[in-house]
Amino acid sequence: MLSLTHFLVLAGILFAISVLGIFLNRKNLIILLMAIELMLLAVNYNFIAFSHYLSDTAGQIFVFFILTVAAAESAIGLAILVVLFRKLDSINVEDLGSLKG
Amino acid sequence: MDMKSLYLLIALSPLVGSVIAGLFGWAIGRRAAHVVTILGVAVSAVLSIGVLKGFLDGSTQVFNAPVYTWLTVGGFEFSVGFLVDSLTAMMLVVVTSVSLMVHIYTIGYMHEDPGYQRFFSYISLFTFSMLMLVMSNNFIQLFFGWEAVGLVSYLLIGFWFKRPTAIFANLKAFLVNRVGDFGFLLGIGLVLAYFGGSLNYSDVFAAAPALASKTIQIIPGVEWSLLTVTCILLFIGAMGKSAQFPLHVWLPDSMEGPTPISALIHAATMVTAGIFMVSRMSPLFEMSDTALNVVMVAGSITALFMGFLGVVQNDIKRVVAYSTLSQLGYMTVALGASAYSVAMFHVMTHAFFKALLFLGAGSVIMGMHHDQDMRNMGGLRKYMPITWITSLLGSLALIGTPFFSGFYSKDSIILAVEHSNLAASGFAYFAVIAGVFVTAFYSFRMYFLVFHGKERWMENHGSHHAHEGDHDDEEPSDDHHHGLGPNDKPHESPWVVTLPLALLAIPSVLIGFFAIHPLVGGEFFNGVIFTNLEAHPGLEAAMHHAHDAMAMGLHAFVTLPFWLAAAGVALAWFFYMKAPHIPAAIKQKFSGVHTLLENKYYMDELYFAVFAKGSRALGTFFWKVGDMLLIDGLLVNGSARLVGSVSRAVRKLQTGFIYSYAAVMIIGVLVLMTYWFKPLILR
Amino acid sequence: MSFQAVVFYVLSLILIVAAFRVVTAKNPVHAALYLVLAFFTASGHWLLLQAEFLAIALVLVYVGAVMVLFLFVVMMLDINIEKLREGFWQNFPLAGTVALVMVAEMLLILSSPEANLAGFQAGPAVAADASNVRELGRQLYTVYLLPFEAAAVVLLVAMVAAIGITMRKRADSKYINPAEQVRVRRNDRVRVVQVQAVKPEVDTASDTNEQQA
Repeated sequence: MLSLTHFLVLAGILFAISVLGIFLNRKNLIILLMAIELMLLAVNYNFIAFSHYLSDTAGQIFVFFILTVAAAESAIGLAILVVLFRKLDSINVEDLGSLKG
Repeated sequence: MDMKSLYLLIALSPLVGSVIAGLFGWAIGRRAAHVVTILGVAVSAVLSIGVLKGFLDGSTQVFNAPVYTWLTVGGFEFSVGFLVDSLTAMMLVVVTSVSLMVHIYTIGYMHEDPGYQRFFSYISLFTFSMLMLVMSNNFIQLFFGWEAVGLVSYLLIGFWFKRPTAIFANLKAFLVNRVGDFGFLLGIGLVLAYFGGSLNYSDVFAAAPALASKTIQIIPGVEWSLLTVTCILLFIGAMGKSAQFPLHVWLPDSMEGPTPISALIHAATMVTAGIFMVSRMSPLFEMSDTALNVVMVAGSITALFMGFLGVVQNDIKRVVAYSTLSQLGYMTVALGASAYSVAMFHVMTHAFFKALLFLGAGSVIMGMHHDQDMRNMGGLRKYMPITWITSLLGSLALIGTPFFSGFYSKDSIILAVEHSNLAASGFAYFAVIAGVFVTAFYSFRMYFLVFHGKERWMENHGSHHAHEGDHDDEEPSDDHHHGLGPNDKPHESPWVVTLPLALLAIPSVLIGFFAIHPLVGGEFFNGVIFTNLEAHPGLEAAMHHAHDAMAMGLHAFVTLPFWLAAAGVALAWFFYMKAPHIPAAIKQKFSGVHTLLENKYYMDELYFAVFAKGSRALGTFFWKVGDMLLIDGLLVNGSARLVGSVSRAVRKLQTGFIYSYAAVMIIGVLVLMTYWFKPLILR
Repeated sequence: MSFQAVVFYVLSLILIVAAFRVVTAKNPVHAALYLVLAFFTASGHWLLLQAEFLAIALVLVYVGAVMVLFLFVVMMLDINIEKLREGFWQNFPLAGTVALVMVAEMLLILSSPEANLAGFQAGPAVAADASNVRELGRQLYTVYLLPFEAAAVVLLVAMVAAIGITMRKRADSKYINPAEQVRVRRNDRVRVVQVQAVKPEVDTASDTNEQQA
C-alpha cells in the first residue's frame, strides 16, 4: 500500500538530484535552468501528495499556480539566455563576472 | 516698599546702569554713560546705608528668602535668594560706597580714554556681581557672584587690550583664579553631597554639627575629617580670589588695569570676597582646627613675605599692590585666629584706606602724565596738595597709627593672634608683628619718594627708558602716555578726582574709632558670625580691648606694634630722605637677597616652568597620543580602516559568479534545515 | 504488492534515472529530452495521486510548451559543449556530499515519529464519476479567482517581457511600416520640377565635321 512517505521520500531524492545538478553544471546556464525545473517538480510532488492524503484540493491549486509561475520564469530565463548569448557568444557562467565585488 | 524689593533694587540698579552704558553707550555718549552708571550705584549706596543704619539701631530684621528659582536639577533646586544680615549690610555699604567713589573718580581718570563707556559699564557690572555675591543666601549664587566678579576683573585687567602685558596679566589672573575656583567648586560639591542635600547656608549650617566627626576617604584607606576637607577646599577658593600665598601671583600683575580698577576690585572689594566667604562659613570653619591652621599659615606667609616685596618695588602701583597682598594676609590670619569679626572689620577699614591710597596713586600718575616710576617723582607735595594730604592720611591709616582706622583693625588682629591657641599662632604672631615694621617701611618709602625730596622728573627723564626692561608694566612707547617732559610741571588733578580722595580720607581716619566697638566688641555680628570662644580664645582679647576705643588708642603708645611702626617710618625717612646712598649700598651688599625680592621669590618663574610648561607638555601629550593617535588614528581612521579591511575580505565572497551564490544558498538551506529540525535529526 | 505500488516503483526508478541523466548528460539536447521523460513519469505519479487535471496540464504545458521552448533554445544556440564540460566532475565530491547529507537529513526527518507521517491516511475513495477537473475549476473560479487572474497577468507579463527582451532590430532586414505607408502624402513622394521648354540649338557644323571624319 502506498503511503505519504513514499512520495515525500521520492520528492526528497528528486530535490537532492537537482541540487547535485546545480553543483555539477555550474557553468552551463541552460542545464541550471533545467535543474531548477526539476526542483520545482519535487516541490510540486509534495503539494500533490499532501493534497491527496489530506483530501484537500488546495494543494493542487497551489501546484497550478507554481506551474504558471515556473512557466513564466523559464520563458523569461530563456529569453535572457538568448540575449546573453547574442551579446557574449557564450552561456558559460564563468563569463558572467561583471558583478564581482 | 517691602524688603525684598528694596534688596532687589540695591542689586539691580547697578546692572541697569551697566546694561545701558554697555549696550547703548555708543548712542548715549560719554556724559550720559557716566551719569546713568553713577546714578545706579548711588541709588544702591544710599539704600545700602539705609539698610546698615537699620541694622545698627536694630530696626531691620535678618532677611533670608528665595527670590527666584534659577533651575531645578533632579531633586536639587538652585535658587537666587537673598540673605541680608549685619555682615551683608556692612559689605553692601563698603562695596557701594567705594564703588561710588571710584565711579566719580573715573570721570577724571579715564577722561581721555576711548573706552570710556565700556569702562563704566564694566565697573557697574562689577558692582552688581559683588552685590549678588555678598547678598547670596546659598552656595550657587555665591559661586555665580564669585565667577562674575572674576570675569569683570579679567575684563578690566585687560581693559587696555592692545597691550600684550595687560593681556598676559588678565590671562594669568584668570588661570590662577581657576585653580582656586576648582577647589571652591569641589568644596561646594562636598557640601551638596554631605550636608543634607541643600545649598542654602542655613540648611548647611544646621546640618554641620551632626557631621563633626564624620570622615571620608578620598585616598582609599586614609580617613579625613569631612569638615576639614570641605573647609580647606572652600579656603582654596578664597586663596585664589583673595590672593593668598601660593595663589597670590596674579594680583601684582593685575595692576596692568586702570588705577580705579586696582582701587575698586583689587584692593577694596573683590579680593576681600574670600575673606567675606570664610566669615560667612564661620560655623563650618569653627569646627575644624586643622583648616584654621591652614588658613593662618597661608595668611602669615602672605602678610610678611609679600610685604618684603613691597620694599623693592619702584612702580608706585606695585607698592600699593604688595601692600594689599600683605593686608589681605592680615585678614586671613585673623580668620585663622577665629576672629572673623576682626577680619571683617579690617576688610572695611582696609577698603577705605587702600582705595584711598590707590586713588591717590592714580592721581599722582595722572599728575605725572602716566609715569608710574617712583624714581622719577619726588617733591610732589607742592604741586598736588590734596593728593599729598590724603595719601599721607591713607599711609598713616595703613601703618596703624593710633586713632586711625587701620590701627584699630590691625591691632585687634594682632591681639587676636597673640591670644590664639592654634599650633600656627606662634609663627603667625611673629609674621604680623614683623609685618607692622615692613608695612611702615615700604609705605613711607613710597610716601617720601613721591611727595618729598628732590624733584627728580627733570634729571631722570633722560634715563627714563634705560630701565624700561626691568619691569614689565612700563607704558609702551606708542601709547599717548609719555611721562613728564623736562620742562613740564606736575599738576593737581581735577575735582572729580580729589573729591573721592577727600571723601575716602574721612572714613579712613575715623571709621575705626567709631566702628570698633559695635563690630568687634559689640553685638553687631551676633547670630551671623559664629566663634567658639572656648575653643578659640583669640577673639576674646580683641573684644576686651574693643570696648573702649579711646583707651585702646592711648594704650597703643606703650605696645610693641606702635614702636615698630614708628621705627619703620624713621628708617624710611633716614634711608630715602637723609642718606639715599645707604639703600644703594645695601642693595650692593645683599645683591642676592635683592635679586630674590626683585624676582618675587621666583614664584612666577616656578609656576611658569612647572604649571604652564607642564600643562603645555600634558596638552601636547594628549594632543599627540590622545587625539592624534587614539581618537584620530585608532577611533576615526581606525574604524574606517577596519571597515575597509573587512570589506576587502568580504569582497572575495562576492565573486559575481552565479554558481558561487547558488552554492552558498544551497548550503545555507542545508544549514537552516539542520538547525530547524535538529531534534528530529539528532534523535 | 499492489498494482499501484508496482507502478509507483517502476515510475520512481525511471524518474530517478531520468533526473540523474538530466543533470549529467553531456549534450543539452539529451538533457532536455530526459527532462521530458522525467515530466512524463511525474505525470504518471500524479495520476496515482488522483490529480488528473494537473497530470494532464503538466504534460501539455511542460512537455508540450516549456520543454519545446528549451529544445528550441538549445538547438538555436551554437553552444561549445566541450568548454562547458570542463571540470564537470571536479565538484562531484562536494556536490555528492551535499546531496547525500540532504537526502539523509530528509529521510531522518520524514521517518521521525514526531513527523507522524503514518497518521496521514488516504481519504475515502472518490466516486468513479467524480471529476477532478470540475472540482479544481469550481475552486479556481470561486475561492481563488483573484490569484487566478493574477496568474493570468503574470503569464501575460512574462510573454511581453520575453518578447521585449529578445526583440532586436536587424540592420539587414527589410521591412515596411504600414502606418508610415498609410500616412504618406503626395509631397513625400512626388516632386514637380518646372523645366524650361526650349528647343536645344543644333550645332550643324560639328555634325558635318563628324560626318566628314
